[in-house]
Amino acid sequence: MRVALFITCINDTLYPGTGQAVVTLLERLGIEVGFPGGQSCCGQPQFNTGYRKEAVPLARRYADVFRGYDHIVVPSGSCAAMVRDNYPRIDAEATAGSVARTYELTEFLVDVLGVTDVGAYYPHTVTYHPTCHGLRMLGLGDRPRRLLEAVRGLRLVELEGAEECCGFGGTFAVKNADVSAAMGADKARHIEETGAEAVCTVDNSCLMHIGGTLTRRGSATRPVHIAEILAGTEEAAL
Amino acid sequence: MSGTYLGMPSFPRAAAASTRDMRLRGNLRHATHTIRAKRAKAVEELGDWEQLRAAGAALKNRTLRHLDHYLEQLEAAVSAAGGHVHWACDAEEANRIVTELVRETGESEVVKVKSMATQETGLNDALAEAGISAYETDLAELIVQLGDDLPSHILVPAIHRNRDQIRDIFREKMGSWGRAAPRNLSDDPAELAEAARLHLREKFLNAKVGVSGANFMVAESGTLVVVESEGNGRMCLTLPETLISVVGIEKIVPTWQDLEVFLQTLPRSSTAERMNPYTSTWTGTTDEDGPSAFHLVLLDNGRTDALADTVGRQALRCIRCSACLNVCPVYERAGGHAYGSAYPGPIGAILTPQLRGVQSELDASLPYASSLCGACYEVCPVAIDIPEVLVHLRERVVEGGTVTVRGQKTTIKPAKGHAAERAVMRAARWTFDHPRALRAGQRLAARSRRLTPRRLPLPGAGKAWSDSRDLPRPAPESFRDWWLRNRGPDTAGHEGDPE
Repeated sequence: MRVALFITCINDTLYPGTGQAVVTLLERLGIEVGFPGGQSCCGQPQFNTGYRKEAVPLARRYADVFRGYDHIVVPSGSCAAMVRDNYPRIDAEATAGSVARTYELTEFLVDVLGVTDVGAYYPHTVTYHPTCHGLRMLGLGDRPRRLLEAVRGLRLVELEGAEECCGFGGTFAVKNADVSAAMGADKARHIEETGAEAVCTVDNSCLMHIGGTLTRRGSATRPVHIAEILAGTEEAAL
Repeated sequence: MSGTYLGMPSFPRAAAASTRDMRLRGNLRHATHTIRAKRAKAVEELGDWEQLRAAGAALKNRTLRHLDHYLEQLEAAVSAAGGHVHWACDAEEANRIVTELVRETGESEVVKVKSMATQETGLNDALAEAGISAYETDLAELIVQLGDDLPSHILVPAIHRNRDQIRDIFREKMGSWGRAAPRNLSDDPAELAEAARLHLREKFLNAKVGVSGANFMVAESGTLVVVESEGNGRMCLTLPETLISVVGIEKIVPTWQDLEVFLQTLPRSSTAERMNPYTSTWTGTTDEDGPSAFHLVLLDNGRTDALADTVGRQALRCIRCSACLNVCPVYERAGGHAYGSAYPGPIGAILTPQLRGVQSELDASLPYASSLCGACYEVCPVAIDIPEVLVHLRERVVEGGTVTVRGQKTTIKPAKGHAAERAVMRAARWTFDHPRALRAGQRLAARSRRLTPRRLPLPGAGKAWSDSRDLPRPAPESFRDWWLRNRGPDTAGHEGDPE
């Protein structure tokens, strides 16, 4: 099984630790991970802001770069959804193969590898925010929760209004900064009310917004990508 | 109603004010969360919801594809049943037709059934200019009208008001429109409803002309359908001598049987009821029963142009249930007035720019009034992929292109104010399409990361972000550099751009 990691531009530049966690996790599960260097951005910022034409070369690049891999694993619900839902609208023919082989990380673990207990250890209280594109475009359902529930030491606490958007929305966060900030403040308040040490999602772009809001408010809760929880083990923690 | 949507600010500017109005935020949060939860329960009860949703979408698609045929069938059926059919290509023509019809009756007052089409055309203002008083009789529309206000929700136009505010409006304003409210009126809902009932009863009994819209028009029989909760609509539909209905051309269904689907999905989606309390249907006129004159004004007002757009046309499937408003996190915080049209919320954000175009600053800002969270699409009973249409309309805003205006293919220019953004998007695309340049940029950012502040003082996107959120810092080493250092170049991959 030839598996490629599509790191995504945000993880690559701002959250490389998430990518390292994915590599650690998949290698622990016996998967050989490839990282084609020609990859870059899925084109979502351009496409969702109305610059479809600017997204075309990036969609074709994706299809080209990941040709020859059986599975493409993406540690981002939003970028995976961009590929799966929007690439057919950009260039259905050129991207057909890569679209069908693209999986968000938790989908890959649960659906392709068939595991929910990945042998992880994370001795903290965690609340889970299902990000919109993972929830509604990919239909991740309870896959992330099942993975988290199997983590030793982890106590999962419920988040009120969990399925409400955090207010990020890409360029929405700056084009409609007031509404975005109001949504972010409500999300942060609900997160604080859980008393959790960490808030977990499948998407660092949403976490960038949630985390930026939490630190500005002086909250103790820290943002953490699900890969970084699943990569942890008792041995590594010692 | 003297409020107007003309000259309203762009969505972000209007929302900047409304997000700070804590009473408005509280009213909207309470109302939308209540109805949201009830709707979810009402929909869960049905085992075949997804099939009903698909059937509704398919019925509307098929009808819209053959709209010309069904409109002519409807016109023939209404005429055969004693009604008169008028065609209005835009709001102005519709208002002119209605004004003339009222004048012909010699009356100077009309009672109105809650109607989105006449809100869209601004009929009340047009009638007022002609010296005709239009009385809204839907309870929430009455509150809006008495308060000299604008509706902020499709189903619950006064959703932005709470009981205290309604009591004050009734006490202060009812007397100048008709029967006054008791001076000691409290904010008890039953007392408020009683005051409205007594006030409106006078209007119903005196009215000679009624004006309505319709939820559906059945082409095969020429029957119009209004669904409502209060029964006030039925008063207006049955008591006056003349009834004038202004209806968008997309409200057609081919047969009575097709109503079966929508009369299940509409009440559950809008009021979370299994069945709405009043469903009124009428076909032309009937001797000694109801109005003796019936006029149907068929309103286009941009609908045919929207129909020409293969992506945008799905907005015409809308049955005005408001489910998308009630789940929308943006609507909940910005409020309905920020959308600057009779159609607020997610559906308004895709409908208004199609009906009015994207040339004004406000209309060009509407497709961006969404985080694309997709909650609206999830609840839509006719499966309108609102995020898809929003993105499609964003492309129209920033790129311009070919659109249909009054039936003619027209090329429009990109909306103003996007030049800097376009340059950034192009530069980003170029960088992402040249991974070596991307890597160089990442290394530069990593080296200067200590210089990246958590807040930015200068105006622009950075400040818009960092006013409420700390800025993220670039990592000391990008993932791709970490990979190269630890694993070396991936043999299967390639750099993708020439040296």
